[in-house]
Amino acid sequence: MTITEQRPSYRYVGTRPVRHDGLDKVVGKARYAADLVLPGMLYGHILRSPHAHARIVDIDTSVAEAMPGVRAVITGADFPDLPADDPERNMTRNLMARDKVLYEGHAVAAVAAATRRQARDAAEAIEVTYEVLPHTLDILEAMEPGAPLLHDDILTTGLDSEPSEPSNVANRTCYERGDIEQGFASADVVVEGEFLTKPIHQGYIEPHACVADTGQDGKTVIWCSSQGHFRVRSQTAAMLGWDTSRIKVIPAEIGGGFGGKTTIYLEPLAVELSARAGRPVKMVMSRDEVFRATGPTPGSVIRVKLGATGDGRITAAKAWLAYESGAFPGVWAMLGCMCVVSPYNVENFLIEGFEVVVNKPVNAAYRAPSAPMAAFATDTLVDEIARRLDMDPIDLRLLNCPSAGDQAPYGPKWPLIGLRECLEAIRDSEHYRSAPAAGHGRGVASGFWFNIGEASSATVNLNENGTATVVTGSPDIGGSRASMALMAAEELGIDVHAIQPVVGDTEVVGFTDVTEGSRATFATGMAVVEACRDLKGQLRGRAARMWDCDVEDVEWADGRATHSGGEHEPLALADITAEAGRTGGPLGATASLNARGAGPAFSVQVTDVSVDDETGRVTVERYTTAQDAGTAIHPDYVEGQMQGGVVQGIGWALNEEYIHDADGVMENPGFLDYRIPVASDLPMIETIIVEVPNPNHPYGVRGVGEVGIVPPLPALANAIHDATDARIRELPMSPPRVLAAINSGNGA
Amino acid sequence: MSRTHVSCNINGDDVEFLCDAGESLLDALRDEMRLMGAKEGCGTGDCGACSILMDGRLQCSCLIFAPEADGAAIVTVEGIADGDHLHPLQQCFLEGAALQCGVCTPGFLVAAKALLDRNPDPTETEVRYALAGNLCRCTGYDKIIRSVLAAADRMKEEVAG
Repeated sequence: MTITEQRPSYRYVGTRPVRHDGLDKVVGKARYAADLVLPGMLYGHILRSPHAHARIVDIDTSVAEAMPGVRAVITGADFPDLPADDPERNMTRNLMARDKVLYEGHAVAAVAAATRRQARDAAEAIEVTYEVLPHTLDILEAMEPGAPLLHDDILTTGLDSEPSEPSNVANRTCYERGDIEQGFASADVVVEGEFLTKPIHQGYIEPHACVADTGQDGKTVIWCSSQGHFRVRSQTAAMLGWDTSRIKVIPAEIGGGFGGKTTIYLEPLAVELSARAGRPVKMVMSRDEVFRATGPTPGSVIRVKLGATGDGRITAAKAWLAYESGAFPGVWAMLGCMCVVSPYNVENFLIEGFEVVVNKPVNAAYRAPSAPMAAFATDTLVDEIARRLDMDPIDLRLLNCPSAGDQAPYGPKWPLIGLRECLEAIRDSEHYRSAPAAGHGRGVASGFWFNIGEASSATVNLNENGTATVVTGSPDIGGSRASMALMAAEELGIDVHAIQPVVGDTEVVGFTDVTEGSRATFATGMAVVEACRDLKGQLRGRAARMWDCDVEDVEWADGRATHSGGEHEPLALADITAEAGRTGGPLGATASLNARGAGPAFSVQVTDVSVDDETGRVTVERYTTAQDAGTAIHPDYVEGQMQGGVVQGIGWALNEEYIHDADGVMENPGFLDYRIPVASDLPMIETIIVEVPNPNHPYGVRGVGEVGIVPPLPALANAIHDATDARIRELPMSPPRVLAAINSGNGA
Repeated sequence: MSRTHVSCNINGDDVEFLCDAGESLLDALRDEMRLMGAKEGCGTGDCGACSILMDGRLQCSCLIFAPEADGAAIVTVEGIADGDHLHPLQQCFLEGAALQCGVCTPGFLVAAKALLDRNPDPTETEVRYALAGNLCRCTGYDKIIRSVLAAADRMKEEVAG
């Protein structure tokens, strides 16, 4: 279902053609990074730390180097040690430990050998002498003075006075407005709580993989699965100390990323092994390695206090957020601060966030990073306010809903946004208007995510037969090639399947930032449209030349040139490309831009659950999500993003968590014990696409990839409360925790 | 180490290959036969991306030793279509947008074929349980389930028509 505010109707945009890359994917021909085989190829294997925190005293590779089939062995000493102020220093130290290992699974050495088994056996034969150090796994414990220190050079930034001693707190972020004391003083209702979440993994089904082939000329070619091959190039160059011009990165099909493939893990290791061995090297992670050494998203401790008047207006918000970053600091607490009350107009607030390092894998982005945990806290408390005031939870949210011109808590004024429309869409939905079934509980929640623009490039070439090739630098992680083709079809006026959308390597297309921040269809789509508009100007010029008339007398519409005086029969695009050789040569255009004006994304969701009071198992009985897409270029894949985000949020809310033992060893590094949702856990996910077009995009695109994961955490917590009276403030809401909450009579 | 000789039928072709005794059938399909359709998502039988049919039974090829395939008839995703004529499941997956990244798709198609081969008229719940051994992180399963049900309808129409 789609609810459109007002936008033009289009011929191709908004239709649902079969995606161009689909056929290869249903017949098993699509080529992912692990599918590539090169002549003479070796296999790489990484030796990882068994300790959560230890000093590396010695690494003896001599036995490994003499083993059968072994062609190269590398350690951290084989890479340049970047200076302390280099922004990629932590990345390089994550890919290969130096001096200390900081988490269980931290890479220590790597081997290339003729077979996978030889590589693994040799890696295991490397003798590492460790001096085990005390470790810290818990955010609050890690923040305490005297906690085991991961780094001796972290001095907390953002404090009122500069600290003299290092700590595990990398920074403090603060957002403040109004008078918080007065805000709470004017409140009739005050609610507060502490909310706890665990690290969880992006859980893409394809493990990280790459093949590197380094030649004697000092250049290398990398085939890999990533969300952005230009970043693979720059990060690989940084770790090797190479100039980027020596590195070509060819994007393979990517088997899921969700933010987890916006950084690298394997590529510089494969390049260095390949350089030493003189042969191509393939590296493929096991699932166990994916869990232990990549991702995850942070665990968090979030305390929120909200005040509201008796008629439901939120007067004050106080939030304290601590996010664990894993072994190196990230930006997670800052992002959490920026999101924590953003779906609400609040005049008085104090928000402070702390970025904390712990002895766990270094966190990576995961779909609207940091926003879901923050929403879990705020939207649970908003539900409590609604109950205390006996207000409808949608009405309460509508009363406090920001719109264009209001100032967002993190600074700027909101542009045109569709939160109100999403709230109204849920309020008016058949789901919300029907009472939940007997015994079921209902919860609603809303969520916000920024979306971003960044740099994109596109090249559009017209072929002699009137078809077009659209080359972009954005890896397609969920159907974006089809969206590029639809926008090009709309511009050029030719059939969407006369367009071949291609993801080009780092040497055939201009620089393009990572596919992240829901940006590909927005920003790269803008570049495609700009190139197509350039081409339409060229096509008019060619038609003028064919007709021997002024270009001003040629119009381009519906895929053909028409003469304003009607003196010539219209020329279809194919008529012009067929004559291109005689009118000036091939037709092609390139656009590179830095996209501004990404449209903020909002989603509002409602769910009905049942709770088994003997086991504590929660069953999602019904789920509806409304999301502002701006304009849905390919509605199937917009719905797909909405549904996928919701189900990841359901997994996060109900099942998923990293479990570490007392030594800091992950106890559930596999899909059997780290349980992501399966088909039999779920109902259909009903979707309402709301279209409030983004005025900054030629077709109104906002970006749809991320925000859907934000509301499920609080929506399910609110639904469980509605069903059981138990208010659960810790994730996951797995059967033992739900059962304990029910049995303790934890009502609110 | 001497290698083991295996003779079997894969997607209708009688084939032979050599493998290590401890090699998985998944590795043999990919490394020895260069059939890259079946994927390794976990290597422990939890994700279903490596699903194949072995003598008509749905299996995780990562849990089978390659020598066990001797004498067996194996179907991988590459063998589901009839030449250029896609299987209704493949066609419905395309039309129903049942894939995003596509890496789990081969396993889902094989598992769904195993279901429809034995139950041509499944309910939504039966489809959900039949596919519960296949993990998809992109789609939330909604469009996959709908596409399998659509394929079942299409196959019934083909039989009736």
